Amino acid sequence: MTRNHVDTAIVGGGQAGLAMSRELTMRGIDHLVLEKGMIGNAWRTARWDSLRLLTPNWANGLPGRPYGGPSFHGFMSATEFAESLTRYASFISAPLVENVCVHGARALPGGFELATSEGPISCRTLVAASGGAVRPVVPAMATAVPKHVFQTDPGSYKRPSDLPDGGVLVVGASASGVQIARELQLSGRRVTLAVGTHVRLPRNYRGRDIEWWLDAIGALDESLDDVDDLTRVRRTPSPQLIGGTDPVDLTALNRLGVEIVGRLTDIRGGRALFSGGLAHLCQAADLKLGRLLDRIDIWAAERSPGAALMPSTRPSATPLPTAPRLSLDFGSGEIASVVWATGFRPANEWFRDLPVFDRRGRLVHDGGIVAGAPGLYVLGLPFLRRRRSLQISGAGPDTRDIAHHLDLHLRHNAAA
Amino acid sequence: MTTELMNEIQNGVNVQALLDARTALEAAPEAAKFTWRAQCEWLDGVHSRTSISGFFGLGEDKTRPSAHVVETDHPAEFAAPDAAATPVEVVLSGLAGCLTAGVAAVAENRGVKLRSVSASVEADMDIAGILGIDADVRNGFSAIRVEFDIDADASSEDIAALVAQSQKRSAVFDILTNPTAVHVSTTGQK
Repeated sequence: MTRNHVDTAIVGGGQAGLAMSRELTMRGIDHLVLEKGMIGNAWRTARWDSLRLLTPNWANGLPGRPYGGPSFHGFMSATEFAESLTRYASFISAPLVENVCVHGARALPGGFELATSEGPISCRTLVAASGGAVRPVVPAMATAVPKHVFQTDPGSYKRPSDLPDGGVLVVGASASGVQIARELQLSGRRVTLAVGTHVRLPRNYRGRDIEWWLDAIGALDESLDDVDDLTRVRRTPSPQLIGGTDPVDLTALNRLGVEIVGRLTDIRGGRALFSGGLAHLCQAADLKLGRLLDRIDIWAAERSPGAALMPSTRPSATPLPTAPRLSLDFGSGEIASVVWATGFRPANEWFRDLPVFDRRGRLVHDGGIVAGAPGLYVLGLPFLRRRRSLQISGAGPDTRDIAHHLDLHLRHNAAA
Repeated sequence: MTTELMNEIQNGVNVQALLDARTALEAAPEAAKFTWRAQCEWLDGVHSRTSISGFFGLGEDKTRPSAHVVETDHPAEFAAPDAAATPVEVVLSGLAGCLTAGVAAVAENRGVKLRSVSASVEADMDIAGILGIDADVRNGFSAIRVEFDIDADASSEDIAALVAQSQKRSAVFDILTNPTAVHVSTTGQK
């Protein structure tokens, strides 16, 4: 039986919700963590079989519980990570309610009321930790794909054998798209990859994992004040990385035989139309990578001149097809499936009735603090408060900051 | 630091005015919706004259003090008097003009002093398409190449980044690389 009133309700039992629970417990704040399935639900159910975390195990410790397993430099699977969350929930004695679905939220004087599958739950403060990258976003043009073509997305796709035999068009070249394109190509299917704006990163640079470098040079700790176009930064696609040592950039995929084409711009008359701007996007990604590696080299020279680093070997420029294909005829039978790896959006439908969204449906918040509904906080969004916000290691610092604000809110709005 | 550089106009682009406009239009999205117009009259043969004067923007119709005129014709190889550039060459001038303006604006914003910028544009076309010789050949360009030669107080990487950012924000680059729905209708027959 679930309690029907708490000081703080946390919706979502992933790394963000659990880290928040630990912060609140340390502050003596009465709360519940409401999880719609099992702990780490999305990691267990809404990901493909081969998925491993993009960050090495050493980077995936949770607050108060650093990684203690046997493979410090390895990459755990999504399921292994979900299991580590389950262990973490008991380690921190999280007041957890599993298998409870939150359908809606409304503002009440001095708090909120949640509509849940266990009945209404009222709370003075509410933490939305239901995930920033949960619902696959599929563009409207998907409806123009002919019926005989099988369509899927990274939220539903599990393994290559789920797809019919034949060619595959993978749309999107961020982490999901390049990983799925790679395994489909290796399964013997002929893959065409439509590439828009993308982020190229090497797994390893000068003998260290790229995550080590991003952490060392302070990039992951850059905060809201350190970036000049926050909207753009928050929309940056995930990097072309895989949890493992295989390269998955366009150079590597091209070598495996994946055909690289421009951004999918439209589907008309049974034909997919690709942008002719591919070369520009590849050059832009190469330039951006070059600037990051310059920054790393400068840091290494200044901060650890004696370190035993491998020499600076720069990845070569992305090879550009001289005449990338600009269209593809679904009627030719060449393409049997389309994988829409076109991004994820937050699972925030359950609080859509709160007045906290702008005219384009985007949540308005300042570093996770939602001014439109005082007492509402959000976690786990891209660059919520710092560059590492979307990483596992972002849960600790973000929840510490937000718990502080939440604690003050409760004190200043003490129940009558 | 950047503010000082922006206030001291180097390349003749008033970046501050553009940045202010961006801020203002974020708050008033309807004002950002523009409609561009051109009025073309057939002169003779394949020679036409297009005058460009008014447009709609910032919520109202605007008229320039005087119209700009662009003529198009075809060269002798097309059995025409070559009174003006061909329409496809005017398209190339639009691309070059747009990308070059972008380079100047981005350079201004980044505090890069430009000494010279030149862009050479080439586009390939198999006229078997427009002549109806081969149905498999498209009418338009099969490829466009733009080569910038830029002399500026900046590293070659920074200059490459100017050109990349210019492409990212270029209307004509987008028009040429992505499909646009074009509706052509007819009126005026008595």
